[in-house]
Amino acid sequence: MDPRLSVVGARLAGAARILGVTGGKGGIGKSCVASALALALARAGRRCGLLDLDLTGPTDHVILGAPAGFPEEAHGVEPPLCSGVRFMSLTCFAGERPAPLRGADVTNALLEILAITRWGELDALIIDLPPGLGDAAMDCVRLIPRAEYLVVANASRVVQETVRRNLRLLTEMKAPVRGVVENMARSGSDEVRRLAAEHGAPFLGSLPFDETLEPAIGSAERLARTPFFAAVSALRKTLFP
Amino acid sequence: MHEFALADAVIRSALEFAEQGGIARITKLVVRIGELQTIAREVFDYALKEIMPAAEPRLAEAVIVLETEPARFRCRPCAHEFTLAESGGPKEAEDAEAMHFIPELAHACLRCPRCQSPDFELLEGRGVSIASIEGE
Ligand SMILES: Nc1ncnc2c1ncn2[C@@H]1O[C@H](COP(=O)(O)OP(=O)(O)O)[C@@H](O)[C@H]1O
Ligand SMILES: [Mg+2]
Ligand SMILES: [Zn+2]
Repeated sequence: MDPRLSVVGARLAGAARILGVTGGKGGIGKSCVASALALALARAGRRCGLLDLDLTGPTDHVILGAPAGFPEEAHGVEPPLCSGVRFMSLTCFAGERPAPLRGADVTNALLEILAITRWGELDALIIDLPPGLGDAAMDCVRLIPRAEYLVVANASRVVQETVRRNLRLLTEMKAPVRGVVENMARSGSDEVRRLAAEHGAPFLGSLPFDETLEPAIGSAERLARTPFFAAVSALRKTLFP
Repeated sequence: MHEFALADAVIRSALEFAEQGGIARITKLVVRIGELQTIAREVFDYALKEIMPAAEPRLAEAVIVLETEPARFRCRPCAHEFTLAESGGPKEAEDAEAMHFIPELAHACLRCPRCQSPDFELLEGRGVSIASIEGE
């Protein structure tokens, strides 16, 4: 028997809402959206957590500029406060070492993190997911049945091909899709809006392609001054009024 | 200590099991501790006692047995089977600490002693599990 399965619900019980940020492909901005959303929540005075479940490609620590080092232990592991956000990632333990994980290892590591992390009371927990329909996404749906999802897409047909499958699967598994957001928007394309409508999911608007985002990576202060962040803050108001 | 979180999981899991199986009193609970996670028995024993709900009739008389399970690995590229000691173990205190929190970080900290690959299977001895529950 795996005792960890019995404790996941209790560990997350203090989080009023849990939102997984997903999308079919890498590089479409899931991690930037997840991190900025967490930051926007914190800046709006909400108690917010950010969990990076992209275990083989974690990046949220870089985006937020989270300091390295093992987290504090107190009847579990306490996610350190980083720019007002309670933050947890495999990098808190792995540091800079690469951790090659296969399917069962991903599930085990993810379950261990969920079993030992004490989030406390949160208005929102944002979960950054790896691209596609792999272990982390399936485990998120299985282990956190009340999680809602935000799907990130962009105007590329290649991305939409994968996002379409994402949306179909989430719908089939009865995972609530809060909406689809377009990222890296350049012009007035209507593709993502149509894609959302096709699946009966709300279209939550467009986040602009922002040249100033990349140089702002690593500093919450600089991130908060970008047009991208302004757009994510508006998204925050829609998702967490 | 994060052992408390795991002890808490064990207690909840045992009570859940009793609930589902219609068990009024758990008489024996065998908990297995994998070598890889390097949790000291005394520490876990202490954590279990601390975390035990005070007036819990279903657990009040339970004998809790802690067993340690040696870790065994099998390398995927070269099929070599090895133990934690044969892998050379964690090289630095940080490695040991990392695996103590997340045993899968063995893939970041250990290598196959024959071919140096990080691509091995954890066959046994990973972390905390419940081996058996007896009750009436
Ligand atoms: N709206 C945007 N404008 C400009 N660059 C962006 C935008 N969103 C993301 N990026 C850049 O794209 C890259 C990948 O983003 P990331 O959030 O890591 O994607 P994912 O998590 O989906 O793999 C990053 O270098 C990031 O700076
Ligand atoms: Mg990412
Ligand atoms: Zn080998």
